[in-house]
Order: sequence, then C-alpha cells, then structure tokens
Amino acid sequence: MSRKRITRVQKTSGSRTRRAGGRARTTGGANPTDRADFLARAWGMEVEAAERYASFADAMDEHNNHDVAELFRKLARIEQLHADQLLEGPLAGRVPVLPPGGIRWKGGEGPETAEHGELHYRMQPYHALQIALACEKRANKFFATYASTTSDAKLRDAAREMAAEEMEHVHLIEEWLERTPPPEKDWEHDPDPPLVSD
Amino acid sequence: MTSGIAIAPLAAQAFKSDYKPIWCPGCGDYSVLSSITKAFAMLELRPENIAVVSGIGCSSRIPAYTSCYGFHGVHGRALATGTGLKIARPDLTVLVAGGDGDGYSIGGNHFLHACRRNVDLTYVVMDNHVYGMTKGQPSPTTEPDWDSKLSPGGTGLRTFHPLVIALAAGANFVARASSGDPNDTAQILAEAIRTPGFSFVEILSPCVTFCPEQREWKNQVRPAPVATTDDPVRAARRIMTDDGFNIGVLYKGQRKPYQPSVGKGMKRPAELEAEFLV
Amino acid sequence: MHDGARAPSFSMALTGSGGAGVMTAGTMLLEAAAQAGWYGLMVRSSGPQIRGGEAAALLRLAAEPVECLDDRFDMVVAVDWQNLHRFADEIPLDSGSLMIGDPDQGNPPEAFVKRGARLAQVAFKRMAKAIPGSWPNMIVLGLAGTLVGLPVETLKSVVRKSYKKGGEGLAASLAAVDAGAAAAQAVPSVPRLVPARPIGRSRWLLTGNEAAGYGAVRGGVRFVAAYPITPATEILEWLAPALSGIGGTLVQAEDELASINMAIGASFGGVPSLTATAGPGLSLMTEALGLAVAAEVPVVVVDVMRGGPSTGIPAKSEQSDVNLAVNGLHGDAPRLVVAPNSIADCLTATQWAVHLSEALQAPAIVLSDQYLGQTRAVVNRPDEVTLMARRALAPPRTEGYQRYAVTESGVSPAALPGTPGNAYTAEGLEHNERGIPSSQSRDHLAQLAKRDRKLRQHDYGDSWAEIEGEGDTAVVTFGSCTGAAREAIARAAADGSRARLVSVRLLSPAQPERLAKALKGVKRVLVVEQNHGAQFHRYLRADFDLPGEVRSFHRAGPLPIRPDEIYRQIIQWSAA
Repeated sequence: MSRKRITRVQKTSGSRTRRAGGRARTTGGANPTDRADFLARAWGMEVEAAERYASFADAMDEHNNHDVAELFRKLARIEQLHADQLLEGPLAGRVPVLPPGGIRWKGGEGPETAEHGELHYRMQPYHALQIALACEKRANKFFATYASTTSDAKLRDAAREMAAEEMEHVHLIEEWLERTPPPEKDWEHDPDPPLVSD
Repeated sequence: MTSGIAIAPLAAQAFKSDYKPIWCPGCGDYSVLSSITKAFAMLELRPENIAVVSGIGCSSRIPAYTSCYGFHGVHGRALATGTGLKIARPDLTVLVAGGDGDGYSIGGNHFLHACRRNVDLTYVVMDNHVYGMTKGQPSPTTEPDWDSKLSPGGTGLRTFHPLVIALAAGANFVARASSGDPNDTAQILAEAIRTPGFSFVEILSPCVTFCPEQREWKNQVRPAPVATTDDPVRAARRIMTDDGFNIGVLYKGQRKPYQPSVGKGMKRPAELEAEFLV
Repeated sequence: MHDGARAPSFSMALTGSGGAGVMTAGTMLLEAAAQAGWYGLMVRSSGPQIRGGEAAALLRLAAEPVECLDDRFDMVVAVDWQNLHRFADEIPLDSGSLMIGDPDQGNPPEAFVKRGARLAQVAFKRMAKAIPGSWPNMIVLGLAGTLVGLPVETLKSVVRKSYKKGGEGLAASLAAVDAGAAAAQAVPSVPRLVPARPIGRSRWLLTGNEAAGYGAVRGGVRFVAAYPITPATEILEWLAPALSGIGGTLVQAEDELASINMAIGASFGGVPSLTATAGPGLSLMTEALGLAVAAEVPVVVVDVMRGGPSTGIPAKSEQSDVNLAVNGLHGDAPRLVVAPNSIADCLTATQWAVHLSEALQAPAIVLSDQYLGQTRAVVNRPDEVTLMARRALAPPRTEGYQRYAVTESGVSPAALPGTPGNAYTAEGLEHNERGIPSSQSRDHLAQLAKRDRKLRQHDYGDSWAEIEGEGDTAVVTFGSCTGAAREAIARAAADGSRARLVSVRLLSPAQPERLAKALKGVKRVLVVEQNHGAQFHRYLRADFDLPGEVRSFHRAGPLPIRPDEIYRQIIQWSAA
C-alpha cells in the first residue's frame, strides 16, 4: 500500500529564499484585511486540514487500522486538491506566504482542521467521515459568518463563494456517509488489555 | 557562515521528524507535539539549534518525533540533563519535556531545584494524571479516589499542585495550557521559550486509554479570569485557589536567568600552575 | 499428514493486531489446557503500541510440566498478518509447521513462507460476523483448541467463567467457539497432544511475578514499597490487595530511591519488607542496599531482569544484571543473591530470600527475569516449606547492649524500636560494636569480618543449587536458562550423551566447595547464560575452581536460548 506523503506545500514555501514579491500573504490576525489575505487564509485552511488528515492516517497505520488510515489519506488528498484549486485559480499560481507557525485562527485551529482528540484506535470509516463532515460544516459556517459580517463587498462575495464550495463538500461527505456502513455496536471492543513495552 | 541570503522561516511541519508516534490515537500528546513545533516555527528557530530532552514515559518519547536534536534519558532526570546542556551550551534552545509521573514523582527533586536555579530553559509537562507507560498507576496528580491495581480504592493522597510548587520554588514563568487548544498552547509555549529564565508550562494532555473520562477536559478548561501577574504574592493567592483548569500564563517574573559567565581576564590553563610552584 | 499422531508437546502462536484479542484467546486456551489436565505456558510478545499493536501469544502445551519454549512452533493461527514479520525470530517455523490465516486478511509475511510452512485458510472475520456479537478471537480459540485435542466443552467452560455476568455476549462467544471447533475438520490436521495424565496432585496457573509476590507473603513480608517499572510492576500490583487482606501494607513511592529507603525504614522497625524493580531501579537502589549491609537491616529486592544496559529493552528478558547484583555496591558489601530457576521457584526462592535476609540481617536480591516474571504457566503446586522470617532479637533490657556485637556466627541479636533498654542508632558510618561511628582500624576490620562471616559461614543446605544427573559433562547455569538446559540434557541423554545439570540458586555468597563437590569427576563444563558479557561465567571464574575444560555459551536477549542450541553444544563437545 502506498505510503506516499502529502506534498508539503507549506514546507516548500517556507524554504524559498527569493523575496516573495506580489504573493498573497496573511497577517494571520483575527480578520482578513483584504482579498489577498482572505485567499491566503482559505488556502492555508485547506493545507492545514490536509496535513492533519495525513497525520491521522499515520497514527491509524501505526495502530493497524488500515481501512481508516486509507480513508484519511483520501481525505488528505481531497483537501490538498482544494488547496491546489485555489492556487491555480484565484491565487494565480502564487503560493501564499503564511506567518511563521501558521495562521492564528481565532479560537483554536483552522475551522476545517480536525482535532487529534477525536481519534480512537478502533474507529470505523463511518467515524472518520463524521469527523470530516463536521470539519466541512465548520468551514462552511466560517465563510458564511464572515460573509454576513464583513462590510467589504469584494470580501463578502469571495466569502460567499467559498461558503458555497464548502457546502458542496458537505454534500459530498454526506453522500459518502450514506454509502458507508454505520459502525457496529461493539466497534470499540478490544478483548486484550493495554500492553506495555517501556 | 552566513551567505547573505535571508533564510525564510520554517513551517511547523519542518520541525517534525518522519518517525511516526506510537501514542494511542486520541492521546493529547499529538496535539502537544503540534503546539511545540508550531511554537518553534513562530519563533523562527532552526531545528539544529534546539535540543529536546526527556525522561521515560509516553510523553518522553517526544524528542524522536521532532527533527531537532534530542536526548531520551533515564526516568526523572531530564531537568538535570537539560540544565547541564544549557549551561555548557547557552547558544542552544533547550526544551525539557516529560509526563507527570516522570516530572513530579521521581523528578520532583530536580523540579524544585530547576525552578530555583532559573536556567534559561523551558519545561513542558504533559499531565494526564497517570503513569501511562507502565499500565495505569496513580501519579502525583492523580485524583485521590481514582481506582488502580497498585492503589485499590484510590491513593487517598492529596494531589501534587505543580504550579504552586513551581511558584514557591522560584520559577520565573508559570503557565498552564490545554492540549484541547493547540494554537493557544503554541502561543503560551512561544512566550515561555522567549522569556528568559526557567519557564514552566503544564499542559493538560488526556490519556484516552487509562483515563477516558479526561476527553472531557477540553470542555472543562477556561481562560484564566485574571491577567498574567509579575507579583509573586498575587500569583500565589491565585494559584492556591486554582482548580486545575485555568489556562494561561499565570505568573511571569523578571528574574535574571542563571548562566555562569565567562569572565574577563581569561587565563590560559597553563597559568594555573602558578599556585603550586614552590 | 499427522493423522492420529500424538506429540508430547505442542507449540502454537496466536497472532493478530488492532483489537484482535489474541492475548485473551491465548490465556483462555492455556486455562482450558490446565483444566483438561495438561501443562503448558504462555509468553506474550507485542509491538510498542499500548493498544491496537501487533501481538502474539506464544503457547506451549504438554502432558508433562514444561518450563521453556520449544525450538519451533507447530502452528501459527493468525487473525491477521499485520506486522507479523516483527515476530519472525520469535516464532521459528519449518516445513512441518502449519499456518492458518484469514483469506480476507492478506498473505503471511515472506519470512514465514520461506520457512516452508504449509498454509490453510479459515475466514475468521466472516465467521465471526455471521454470529452477531461474537469476535474472531473466539473462533480462533475453538479452532486452535480443537486442533490440539482440547475438548470443546472445556474451552466453553473457560469462556463462561470469563463472563461473570453472563448476557448476550456470552452466548455469541460460545457459538463462536463451536464454529471454530467445527472449522477444525476442514483444516489439515496437526499432531494432537498425548492424553493428559490423571491429575494426581494440586496444580497452579500463575506467572512468576505472582509466585514471587506470594513467596514474599509466605516468607513473612508485611511491608512493601512500590514504584512501577516494566516488567516488575505485576509483583507490586499483586501484593497491593494481597497485603491489605492479611494485615500488611503497600505504599506507592515517588521513585526507587524512596521505595528502597522506605523498605529499609519499615524493616528497621521490625517488619519484614520488600520491593520489586528491574535493572534501572536496582541501579538506583545500590546506595541504600549498601546502607542495609552496613547497618545490618534486612530487606529484599526482587530484580526482574530485562534487556540492558540503561533503558534497554524493557519488555524482553535477559540475564545481564549478574554483575550488578553480585558486585554492584561500593565498598566491601556482602549481600545475598538468590536466583529462582523456574516460575514455581519464584515463590520458593523469594520465600527463602526473605527468610535468609531476616536470619542474617542482610539485604537479599532475588534475581528473576522478564521471562519468568511474565510467563503464565501451569505448575505443580510447590511444596510448602516452613521458611519464615525470624530475626534474632536480644531480650529487653540487655545489660550493656551492643547492636553490632562481634559474635561467632557474625549475627548480632537485634533490637526493635519499642524494646526497653536496648535503644541504639543504626549506622551507615563504620561503627564499633555499640554502633557508635568509628574510623578506627580495629573496628572497621572487626565489622567487615563479621558482616562477611555471617553470610559465608551460614549453612545454606541443599537449596543453594539444583543438581541433577550424572556424566563427565556438566551444564552450569542459573535462572530461566535452567528449563532449556534441562530439556537439552534429557535429549542428549536419549542420544547417549549424559550430562549433569547444576543450576545455581544462591549466587552470593559464592559456594565454591559445594560446586566443586557437584562437579567432581567432570571433564567438560558448559556455562550457559543469556547475556552478552558472559557475566555468570566470569563470576564463576572469579570465585570458583572449575574442573576440566570450560566453555561459555552465552547470548544476550531478546531471544531465549532454546533447548536445541544447548543440546547441540553438549553433543558436539562430547563427540570431540
């Protein structure tokens, strides 16, 4: 099974030594200041989500839950695809410059980034999709809220577009869920006690 | 040798190694690892200039999961090792990491003295109120009524209050963070590393295998209702009534860090012979 | 291929990952075997993950008591093959072995296939799914148990016992066991175990760690200070409720320095005390053990040896703390070192150590190891021995009482706090007979000689070693290598090469005269041990005169030394 890692676009951007003229950058502060900032944030959101799913996949593989690992890798690829779409489209091929340490999202991590604490080594694909669904819903809400509160018309339009995008993703995950068997009653069951090696 | 080209800052991912953590999925330590690497990135540090020193336990596995220099030592002595390293190599950023068992039980003595000595390093304790690696024994921060094989019915002992001890022992920076909010934790860690002197950050990091009830912690924590203080007496009053869920930098002083200086008028080793000459 | 064939011993590995439950299945299988009148043992092996990791339950069943794993495995039953290649060295297979795997879970690892083992397929997961509420490990239990000849009713009775509250889970598990048993018909047969002999005597199913805990209690220990460390924690976890049940106490300490000093404190107060640890912990305790030597305070430390040095390989066995146990204290500090040579002997050896420690007022180290400590086995109930802690005490108000009086035997009657007239201060500083610190040559020489004499002159009786057999070749070993050595010698004897076995139980103080007597007439001495530095061999050369030619067969952990390796050493050497 392929264990190719997600291309770390962020890493590449970080190690470029040329002066990044004309590239979108975000201050990382509480609210986007302009369209470029907004786009950079949107792009960063997807990339962070992709990295998080990739790390989930690794954790699942290490615990021999390969079905769910595969699913998380798929989700990581999808998020990276979204990031690439933003890059090729509105960002015109110019990789945004993020502040060191990443975007300072208000109230925690990016809206589309899943939390480590949600994993369970016995989790089923259905659970993984539920996590993804919650992420997409949060992303949609983030853009929708922003659209309804910003006074900048251009930013509002951009936000509405992104919200619509995210809603499509929500539907995609919902369809995916419908095709996925719900978890068995005893999905958590592990007859063996925790084992020690240290 | 500087080349004149400005090297752009690294992203947090650059501080992670390729070695996959074996922590149970859901473990708070994954989030702590994210926060630590994020903090390194925020401070625009370089992995080769950072040393992560640890003891024994689940949390102490962390050095190998970073791309920094690491030292995975014996149980409870990471602060001593880190102190020696920082004094000998003050140019390095030294982060000492471990769990509550490693740090407050066997490491307790070194904890007291590290707070007192005030060497410029940062100490991160991933507190899950249990000895995870050895299969679930109570640690000094375990609740008195938590049932375990080694202490059936609970230890009945008052828990250890690390922030109180740290403050009383003279720590210059005392903070609590929660793995449930990795960004906030990254900010606190960055501030801790930036602040000269001994910085202590206790991070609530649930153990989903032995204490699944701790998944609730992220809903129980709250930002500390008061601002950071540099008055140790005020800090002491707050910390003594703290319930273990207040998040933030609770105390930040101005103590000068301990770093033996290289004096002027340096002798050559051969000059030391003079005192023996007859 | 094996139709109707019977074997005296059968080895199987149950493997799986991520919640497959093979440890539970293995434990149940062992218990069922015990119920059916067989003997056996189970070793656990696992990846570094705390949950969900790859795991292997290594079992050996036999009609007679077995003390070690065999040279090979007859069968591997795999719920899945995840990361099983990690266990390749621990599960030696050959063309006579059978692998049974789930066709939906991929292929066995290359490392197994190339050994020539046959492969059969049983759809464990599908079968379990067909019985709602059941789990693949119960199918495995039914299948493996039936293949080896265990009655399905015995398997089911063990499953019933594990479900104390009954309920729907139980019915499903029982059905799964039946399904597994039925599936055994379609699988190539394997040798079944020879029938169990009628059960004549009482038997136990336990681990060496549990045995050591019970031995401590039988010896009179009533205070334990505990600090968790792999692979010793289970001794402490067993003692916690056991002690409180009989009026003793266990306290969890903040570290090993605290636990040994707590134990010494309790012992100073007159209560026989013990702690248990592994190499890194024993290293920490050495200063306090020296104090116990100098102040003549009894205390027992069980060292469950593991891979070293430093943090080493915590969950694997090795015999590399000999140097530390026998020589690891600063100054001239004689102490007792007792090495149990089997799981059952963990009880007797620990009990003996407590008795000796109290009688001779000196610290004792019980040199167990991870293999003995954590392997679960069916053993004949050890004979009860009447060794109990008995500390010589001076009568109250002894005129001019001298705690460290120089006596013929070297043992000075002690005084417990609370005894009127005999108050003294226990001293780590060198001291005179009254216990007052002294740097005088006369006092130092007298006390050193006394502490040395009290151990050396004691008559340890026949318990100092297990000596079996005859021949001019001798295998000298200790601890967990004893079982493999014993089997090797039996095989060699069947092939016409006789050899003696000497398994030393009392390593310190050394018993050179007794060993010389045991090795009288021996021309070839094969020293067997599981460490890299041949520590036991060097210890023998330091304190003993060994006859004839001496060879050292040693290898570090994590792999056990197998009977065949020792057998070949004996055969080749005897032929030369």
